[in-house]
Amino acid sequence: MAERPIVSIAHLSKSYRRGGEDVPVLRDITLDIARGEFIALMGPSGSGKSTLLNLIAGIDKPDAGTLLVDGDDITRLSEAELADWRAAHVGFVFQFYNLMPVLDAFENVELPLMLTALSRRERRARVETALALVGLSDRMEHNPNELSGGQQQRVAIARAIIADPTIIVADEPTGDLDRKSAEDVLALLRRLNGEMGKTIIMVSHDPHAVESAERVMHLEKGELVPDVVPAQAKTPGGFPSARE
Amino acid sequence: MNIPLSYIVRNLWTRRLTTLLTAGGMALVVFVFAAVLMLDAGLRRTLVSTGSPRNAILLRQSSQTEIQSGVYRDQASLVETLPGIARSTSGEPLVSKETVVLIALPKRGTDKPSNVTVRGLPALGLRLRPQVRIVEGRMFRPGSSEIIVGRGIRESYDGVGIGERLRFAGRDWTVVGTFDAGKSGFDSEIWGDVDQMMQAFRRTVYSSMIVELNSASDFDAFAHRIATDQRLTLDVKREPEFYEEQSKSLSQFIRVLGITLSIIFSIGATIGAMITMYAAVSNRTAEIGTLRALGFRRASILAAFLLESVFLSAAGGAAGLVLASFLQAFTVTTMNFQSFSQLAFGFDLTTRIVADALVFSVAMGLVGGFLPSVRAARLEIVDALRAA
Amino acid sequence: MHYLKLVLKNLFRHRLRSALTVTGLVVAILAFGLLQTVVQAWYAGADMASASRLITRNATSLVFPLPIYYRERIKAIDGVKAVAVSNWFGGIYKDQSYGNFFPQFAVDDEVWFDLFPEFRTRPEELLAWKKDQQGAMVGRQLADEHGFKVGDTIPIKGTIFPGVWEFHVDGIFEPRDDATITRQMYFHWDYLNEQMKKLFPKRAEYAGLFVVQIADPGRAAEISQAIDKEFRNSLAETLTETEKAFQLGFVAQTETIVMAVRVVSFVVILIIFAVVANTMAMTARERLSEYATLKALGFDPAFVAALILGESVALTTLGGILGIALTFPVAAAFKSLLSAVFPVFNVAPQTVALQALAALGVGLAAGLLPSIRAARVRIVEGLRYIG
Repeated sequence: MAERPIVSIAHLSKSYRRGGEDVPVLRDITLDIARGEFIALMGPSGSGKSTLLNLIAGIDKPDAGTLLVDGDDITRLSEAELADWRAAHVGFVFQFYNLMPVLDAFENVELPLMLTALSRRERRARVETALALVGLSDRMEHNPNELSGGQQQRVAIARAIIADPTIIVADEPTGDLDRKSAEDVLALLRRLNGEMGKTIIMVSHDPHAVESAERVMHLEKGELVPDVVPAQAKTPGGFPSARE
Repeated sequence: MNIPLSYIVRNLWTRRLTTLLTAGGMALVVFVFAAVLMLDAGLRRTLVSTGSPRNAILLRQSSQTEIQSGVYRDQASLVETLPGIARSTSGEPLVSKETVVLIALPKRGTDKPSNVTVRGLPALGLRLRPQVRIVEGRMFRPGSSEIIVGRGIRESYDGVGIGERLRFAGRDWTVVGTFDAGKSGFDSEIWGDVDQMMQAFRRTVYSSMIVELNSASDFDAFAHRIATDQRLTLDVKREPEFYEEQSKSLSQFIRVLGITLSIIFSIGATIGAMITMYAAVSNRTAEIGTLRALGFRRASILAAFLLESVFLSAAGGAAGLVLASFLQAFTVTTMNFQSFSQLAFGFDLTTRIVADALVFSVAMGLVGGFLPSVRAARLEIVDALRAA
Repeated sequence: MHYLKLVLKNLFRHRLRSALTVTGLVVAILAFGLLQTVVQAWYAGADMASASRLITRNATSLVFPLPIYYRERIKAIDGVKAVAVSNWFGGIYKDQSYGNFFPQFAVDDEVWFDLFPEFRTRPEELLAWKKDQQGAMVGRQLADEHGFKVGDTIPIKGTIFPGVWEFHVDGIFEPRDDATITRQMYFHWDYLNEQMKKLFPKRAEYAGLFVVQIADPGRAAEISQAIDKEFRNSLAETLTETEKAFQLGFVAQTETIVMAVRVVSFVVILIIFAVVANTMAMTARERLSEYATLKALGFDPAFVAALILGESVALTTLGGILGIALTFPVAAAFKSLLSAVFPVFNVAPQTVALQALAALGVGLAAGLLPSIRAARVRIVEGLRYIG
């Protein structure tokens, strides 16, 4: 790899306090993620995969270790700085979409831009572009309860990319979707990764979803298990993985 | 706070029943609050407008009301000679020597008698009250058993129409006119000729004297003269101040009772707001987590929920005010504690009251919404997201 | 009895919400009870009235006095046992603040306390008072409030009867029961009259009103008319009525205020209804899937409805009991604060009954709509509902 990794983790640990005891969730994790990679994190329940994702996304703080994202040591940031950092660097995709029910598709996608200094017109332009990208231009004024699961997830993805983030984190993005919608969403993610070079870190149970990733990492009881490259390593666009 | 206002407002609209019930409770509280303040303002306006700034009223020393007071004829004559008193074009001093008594009349719709103020005054007395106009019939003729009644009396009592007769002090008195005193205390009085009244009630002394001074600034000199003259054991006050004092007792009663009630009621409504906001936070925990993840600060979350609570209470407050404004169509007649007689007054909605009511509503919203908003702001992102 | 257990357990599930709702209820029921007590207290004078006493006053209005010689003429009327004169003195003690105000009356010392058996006097004190021209008998409540003791001198500044007057406290009279008002002072009418003869002779020999004791309460109307007939077409015509009617006349003059207080007391019930209805509506909506599950398990809709209704009533019952319990100490505090305005301020059994009714009513009404909605929920929809 010529350039530095976009995510660089060294000896990361995290435990939670449960019933008066400290329960370790992540033990001494060390890994690198290169720019433009599409990573999948897998593991049984309680393996710590979601926790790892949360740490990388900056919505939780590790107990020990270093965590560099695009050169910034986010473990050193204050809560307020971390909030600003997330707004600029992270795009979120959740299993249950996490859209605001009272805002329509347009307003949901616009939400992250409220944290910027852009004018109303500038925001409008970007939202329209993002919604066009995910193929929902004709649904801009629909409320989430008027959209199917797949459509809602696509709105969520538009929201995730609107601020041109450094990384996109996805926690079980297809967990609540039917086969067809799941495929649409994955295709979208692959496109974001392939055509637009977005780094995607995804946690998933779904073996079909994992096939879209170029690298799969396994966690078990808080520790990384050696890499496994899935059978179909290449993305449909034939884009070679940086590791090859 | 960069969370869009539409998010805040629409959440109120989505849970319509809850919003309606919570705001409804607040509306009732603000209604009571505004109604009390309006009643007090109406009382004060009625009494304060009873009286001209150029007039002085003289009573026996340490009398609190005209009913208790007695001014001797010789004292009255002495006062008339004092400098500072305005004169008519024909040179008459503008002095009205009056007698004030209470009679018992049954209010319309009941057989229980209430005390009504009867005032005997000379023809000049009308001139000293520029706010009074005869609106029906005519002024009573001096030397006759004719009387005119104020608008408040006309509206609340039977048997006081033009041509009808009232019997008191062993005589029949014929009503010949109705007067409008511009919503002042005089609207609740019956007026007749002073000499006839004094005869009928067997009085040898006047109750009070009303004097018009050349100008309002002549009052101090005039008062000084009265105070230094041994023969004049009289108290003198500016007419508006005298009447303002008459309202103190009832006004205080209304205010204390009303504000105490409003505060107690507001506790109930504020608790309602608190319950609603806690539920809102609880139901939207995942949304809060998402907003925080997206980069919105804790302070923004706090502000957003606080604002939601304030919008709720302000809406309720506005509704309560609108309801209270309809009270302006009503008149209240009750006994003024100090004068011991019936006084008619209305509800007066001033801009000050509107402001007070809105501030009160906003305060309820802030108090009720505070703790829930703090809870929302204090949520940890991962915990909140887990609730999804 | 699993129904009751379910209801109670559900109450404690959301402790904060239940606690807040109950707190609101306590405040509302308490306020309601206090307001109703205020309305009751307004009638204190009328409640104390005796059926065997009449009040004779000037027919024109209370402001006009009656000649003192009427006393003998009234006494001579058939059915009259005794007559006492009473003049409202209306003086100022210390200052014009509410706390320092109390009624003073110039009365017939010979017979006054015979006419008012509800005032308990000590024989030696009564005797001393009758002998002392400047003496005063002070009520127990008044004495306690201002620390008056036998032997004290009370200076009063006259307003209707000008000058500074001094009275010696010769005795303290006790109330027979809760309804008796003892916040006033009585002194000799003769003393007042003597002073008036000296200072304002034209105002002497006049009574404010007469208290007439009759042997047979059943003849009250007849004797009243006989008295008034006696003085018809004379200098001062009289109006005689039962003591109760006289007292109610005062209340009638401030009727508007009493009515307003009554109305406002029901407004507070409306407010708390809104709060509880909101709580129950939210709670029921959040638990829709649970109710659907219960129905799926075989519980019938009535059971589900009863669960919500039961919870609503349980909440308001708890709030109601606490509110009622608090009413008594708070009313006592009010009484000591506002004794000048409400010398009698007792919480009546009817008030407690009304409070209980209000609590129950709010509980039922607030729970009604949510319980119907929950009972009607279709199992399939309910199970899918995610709060």
